[in-house]
Amino acid sequence: MSGDKKDKITKTIKTIRVDVDKCNGCRACEVICSAFHAAPKYSSNNPARSRIRIIREPIRDLYIPVYAGEYTVAECAGRDKYTIDGKEYDECAFCRASCPSRDEFKEPDSGLPLKCDMCEGEEEPLCVKWCIHDALILEEREEEVEEQEELEELEIGLGSLADRFGMQEILDAVARLSQKD
Amino acid sequence: MRYAETGFNLEVDLTRGNIEKVATDPRDTELYLGGLGTNAKILWDRVPPEVEPFSPDNLLIFGAGLLCGTPAIGCNRTIVTTISPQTKLMAFSMMGGFFAPELKYAGLDKVIFRGKSPDLVYLWINNDTVELRDAAHLKGKGSIETAEIIRKELKQPKAQVAAIGKAGENRVFYASIEQGRSSASRGGIGAVMGDKNIKAIVVRGTKDINVAEPEEFMGLCNEVMDYIQFRNENPIPGVMPILAGLGSPQEMKVHDEKWHTENFNWGNSRTRRKGFWTEDVAREWMETLDNSRTRLISCYNCPMTCGATISMPGLPTYMMKCFTKLTYTMGAYSDLDFGLRIAQKATEYGLDGFSAPQVMAFALELLEDGILHKDDFPDMPEDNDGRFFYLLDKIVNREGIGDILANGTYWAAKEIGNGAEAYAHNNIKKHEQLPLKLSMLNPIYFLMYCTGEKINITQIEGQFPQAPYPKREHREKFCEDWFHVPDEKFKQYFLDWEPRGENSMPFYPTVDMCCDIVDWQERMHYIDDALGQCSGLSAFPLKPPYHIHNYPKFISAGAGIDMDEEALTQAARRYRTLVRAINIRRGMRRKDERPPEDHWKKRFPELEKELLDAYYKFKGWNNDGIPTKEYLQELGLDYVSEDFLKRGILTDSEDASSTEASAE
Repeated sequence: MSGDKKDKITKTIKTIRVDVDKCNGCRACEVICSAFHAAPKYSSNNPARSRIRIIREPIRDLYIPVYAGEYTVAECAGRDKYTIDGKEYDECAFCRASCPSRDEFKEPDSGLPLKCDMCEGEEEPLCVKWCIHDALILEEREEEVEEQEELEELEIGLGSLADRFGMQEILDAVARLSQKD
Repeated sequence: MRYAETGFNLEVDLTRGNIEKVATDPRDTELYLGGLGTNAKILWDRVPPEVEPFSPDNLLIFGAGLLCGTPAIGCNRTIVTTISPQTKLMAFSMMGGFFAPELKYAGLDKVIFRGKSPDLVYLWINNDTVELRDAAHLKGKGSIETAEIIRKELKQPKAQVAAIGKAGENRVFYASIEQGRSSASRGGIGAVMGDKNIKAIVVRGTKDINVAEPEEFMGLCNEVMDYIQFRNENPIPGVMPILAGLGSPQEMKVHDEKWHTENFNWGNSRTRRKGFWTEDVAREWMETLDNSRTRLISCYNCPMTCGATISMPGLPTYMMKCFTKLTYTMGAYSDLDFGLRIAQKATEYGLDGFSAPQVMAFALELLEDGILHKDDFPDMPEDNDGRFFYLLDKIVNREGIGDILANGTYWAAKEIGNGAEAYAHNNIKKHEQLPLKLSMLNPIYFLMYCTGEKINITQIEGQFPQAPYPKREHREKFCEDWFHVPDEKFKQYFLDWEPRGENSMPFYPTVDMCCDIVDWQERMHYIDDALGQCSGLSAFPLKPPYHIHNYPKFISAGAGIDMDEEALTQAARRYRTLVRAINIRRGMRRKDERPPEDHWKKRFPELEKELLDAYYKFKGWNNDGIPTKEYLQELGLDYVSEDFLKRGILTDSEDASSTEASAE
């Protein structure tokens, strides 16, 4: 890491306000998310590819919509349990990370990490649009932040593959694949 | 590539413990769509009429609807098909919830059980890995309890579980299959599951379901979503609140039960209690509901909140939907607190909330009138609530009198004898009905009650208003945005329908109009049942988001089958007729097609005969309700007519005469 000062820029921060009390547990958010991110768009549906998940335990009345956040190599050393209004929430319940400790936010076949992109190009994230009970509400605000280079999806994916198999394996595989054509 | 469906069924031979994944014929999808349609085809092909409900040769089919697993909103129904122990006819009870989409994501359209397992087992489907697992430790456990235990032991919190309780294990003829917030309750299919020694089916799937034309399909879904919002904001004026909106009747949402409690009958469908709904009752029931209801909840991919999580103080939590809220309460002449308490137990036991309370009320009526005796009910508590809890346990455990009552009012009355038959007065085709007793014959409902093979009125009615509007201007207003009609003539039928005078019931709508109306309503339900669409957004409410005009587009864009209104209507007729053919082959005839004798006070035998004659003809059935050879051939069901001829159900001469008739 370099210690250089970075330029400040103004950025629009999109926040999704999650009101768990309004969630009816229907998982429409997962449905539309996975359809939108299918290639070609809307061609398939599979909530296991969704970048939003409802952590739901109906009998305990737990419904927590969680968005896929950053990919992380290692799981947390300590885990937290929350009790809110007498209801105990499991460790990791509110966590957005795609991490080795759980199956959430990973492509089911490749294991590659998933991350919410707020449905870039759409007026609003489609999960927000399809949640007509307003458990999910989009809010936007301007914020000054330090300029940072965003990692591309490809790079994040490659990074996680490297974590899993080692960089040399990846390089070898890429070399092999490129020779096939 | 197959679209919307996976193209695979799971064949489970319980006797041998053999499991196979079998590719299906895409041609069957074109002919019978999926869900109910293809279930019926399998039942026709593989379960001959001699097969008894509890024979290993009976099948138990869990079929996901054709569009389940796509983003089609509210399309989440599993159609469970078997031969019912109670009616001995085809049962096709359904459940919403989350099971059907999960099955699709596991790469399967149906699970078909045959044979009988030597020991209690559950089936665990984890994508392509499938196994039968020992369920000895789950014997006697409640249905919800079972689901929770299995999810824990498999470490699969996202798995969907459909389980039976003790009622299914003990083959109670009205045992249900429970699946979290939903259940497949009617027709005693839980008893068949219990007979096969299956405690539960557990499924987890993480595969894709594809649609044929993605942009078009999503456009259609968005239209449906917009229309749902429009309808939520614009309830239909002039009808009672329960009919004004979408979804199943919003029983978990509403507090005001004046209409149900004063118009439906209490006890063994006997007594109407006008003036029951006082301010005190209203306040007390509101408190009960508010204190126990933690959340309004939905099925998969549906914004309607027809269910609720219920936590009664001191009892385990369960989920409830729709009319079970009132059936126990009204069966026992009790209050809502009792109703929600006993429903908790009944849900764990896995019982149909329509039949069970009526059977209990029937037993107590027999006791009161001296046909059953005190010693038939040893150690029964004195208070009414206590007696119902007592009977519930006796029935579910098949102990003493409970063993007889567990077969439902029809069979129990036969066994008890001594005039008990007159007390089993609220059945159609041996199956208990909603406790409705009305005054004037309604010709539309007469036909639906007679000919419905789902044998449950709420799953036949819809689309056409239940009663005329008093003023013509209101009727005109209603017709303005009534684009759902398959033909403009339905608007005219409604416009001319008056509460009194010449154009009123029972002679208006006319016989021919009634045929049209009933056929439309039934067709929409049958389409729902093949696609897996909840009728709460389709066939059941007035002006629904799914209708005959957009359904073909959904099927074309979703499943990649070239479809228009005519072809869809023809497909629905095909498998609707196949359902009838299965039942005809099992002995069902015109004599079985009648509502309970006391359903209406004012009956019109001549008109009723005319209605049934005309409707049978309209449907392509002969005067005994049997599909004619010509009609079967028109639908491409030659194999049915051949079978009918071989069995002597149809004869060549009969056929010749009907040919002449149609040639005139």
